[in-house]
Amino acid sequence: MIDRSLEQGDSFIHRIDPRIRIVTALCLSMTAAQCTHPAVAAGFLSISVVLALIAKLKAGQVLIRLKPLLWFLLMMWLFLPLTFTEDIVYRYGWLTVSRAGVQLCTMISLKSIGILIIFTSLLATMPVATLGAGLHRLRVPDKLVFLLLMTYRYIAVIRQEYNRLIRAARFRGFRPGTNLHSYRTYAYLAGMLFVRASHRADRVFQAMRCRGFTGRFRSLDVYTADGIHIGFLVICGAAGISLLIAERLWLN
Amino acid sequence: MHISEGVLSGTVLGAGAAVAIGCTALGLKKLDDQKMVHTAILASAFFVASLIHVNIGPVSVHLILNGVVGLLLGLAAFPAILTALALQSVFFQYGGLTALGVNTLIMAVPAVAVHYLCRPLLGRSSQLNFVAGFLAGTLSIMGACLLLGAALWFTDEQFMATSVAIITGHVPVMIIEGLITGFCVSFLMRVYPEILPKKVMLT
Repeated sequence: MIDRSLEQGDSFIHRIDPRIRIVTALCLSMTAAQCTHPAVAAGFLSISVVLALIAKLKAGQVLIRLKPLLWFLLMMWLFLPLTFTEDIVYRYGWLTVSRAGVQLCTMISLKSIGILIIFTSLLATMPVATLGAGLHRLRVPDKLVFLLLMTYRYIAVIRQEYNRLIRAARFRGFRPGTNLHSYRTYAYLAGMLFVRASHRADRVFQAMRCRGFTGRFRSLDVYTADGIHIGFLVICGAAGISLLIAERLWLN
Repeated sequence: MHISEGVLSGTVLGAGAAVAIGCTALGLKKLDDQKMVHTAILASAFFVASLIHVNIGPVSVHLILNGVVGLLLGLAAFPAILTALALQSVFFQYGGLTALGVNTLIMAVPAVAVHYLCRPLLGRSSQLNFVAGFLAGTLSIMGACLLLGAALWFTDEQFMATSVAIITGHVPVMIIEGLITGFCVSFLMRVYPEILPKKVMLT
């Protein structure tokens, strides 16, 4: 269910301190989200492609991850250029395509693909445990990091529970369809999942308390950020901010 | 349901992130050690439940169940939904970093709202349990659609038509979620009513 192939790569980005990667990703995505001009959005997209190349990601891996976004963008291209009313460039009967609409679509497409590739190459390339440790070192509250790691830890377990339930339902001849019976079956299945999750939570909590759990999150990982890593952060941050400043100065 | 990266304006994203941080902090404050484990494992259950697809005629939609999240977790729905969305974006790239705040609010605000609206109706009669569940399911999706539409509208008024299309397109989802949440809640009230938080905490 969960594709973890990206985590296992070996590249400069994979070796960077997780804290630096989180801050760089934040910095670049936040500046990219602010841009409003297609040319600047294209600039952010090229930064993201460079990052993906440094992380040695394969084009196929990235495309699979972009699939939900590409569907969304396709929908948008069908919709948005037609709903603008001014500056019409093409008319066919009642169908009108506006320049502003096409421009907005181009900008959104470039920007969103850029932000997602930045995310994929910097953050999806680390295991969730490392992400949690990095967030913890960046002083994200203990409880939130704990929630993130604990939720991740139990997804696979609960998923098995779900597979067991659905297998049992199929053995009894359950065939999903568009009817109340199917909806009720799925509802009971989801309900049973919550009941089992809740019981499991009680047992897990007792086991953790026996081992001295006090609600504190502790991480044994040690990361050191050396000069090259900080340089990477500074270069990426500066690239993002200067693109944004350039847009504000010359393109508006 | 989520808004993709790159669509919303910086102002909307910033405001969304700020409010989401506040609400998450509020939700975390309520969690003690035991509830934390409970919330985390229920969050994984919601993550798995959202992979269930149900048919509507020729197409299928996946369950969202943020109504159930709200009923079962109350204010803790904020950190739980934030966590689930963060994991979804790491694994499936549904949404990314900058829209995380807005997306958390879109899903969690209606969830917490139905907790306070529908939780008091539960436990009186089996019919009322179903009705409360149905309302929780429908209203939580409706609220999420309205918030999503509002976020688009605040970004650019030209998105009005898109927002209306999104809301009308989700009417079947609202009904399905209502039915499934209704059945799910009446099931939980029959087999394991202790899973619901004891009383409505209005503090």
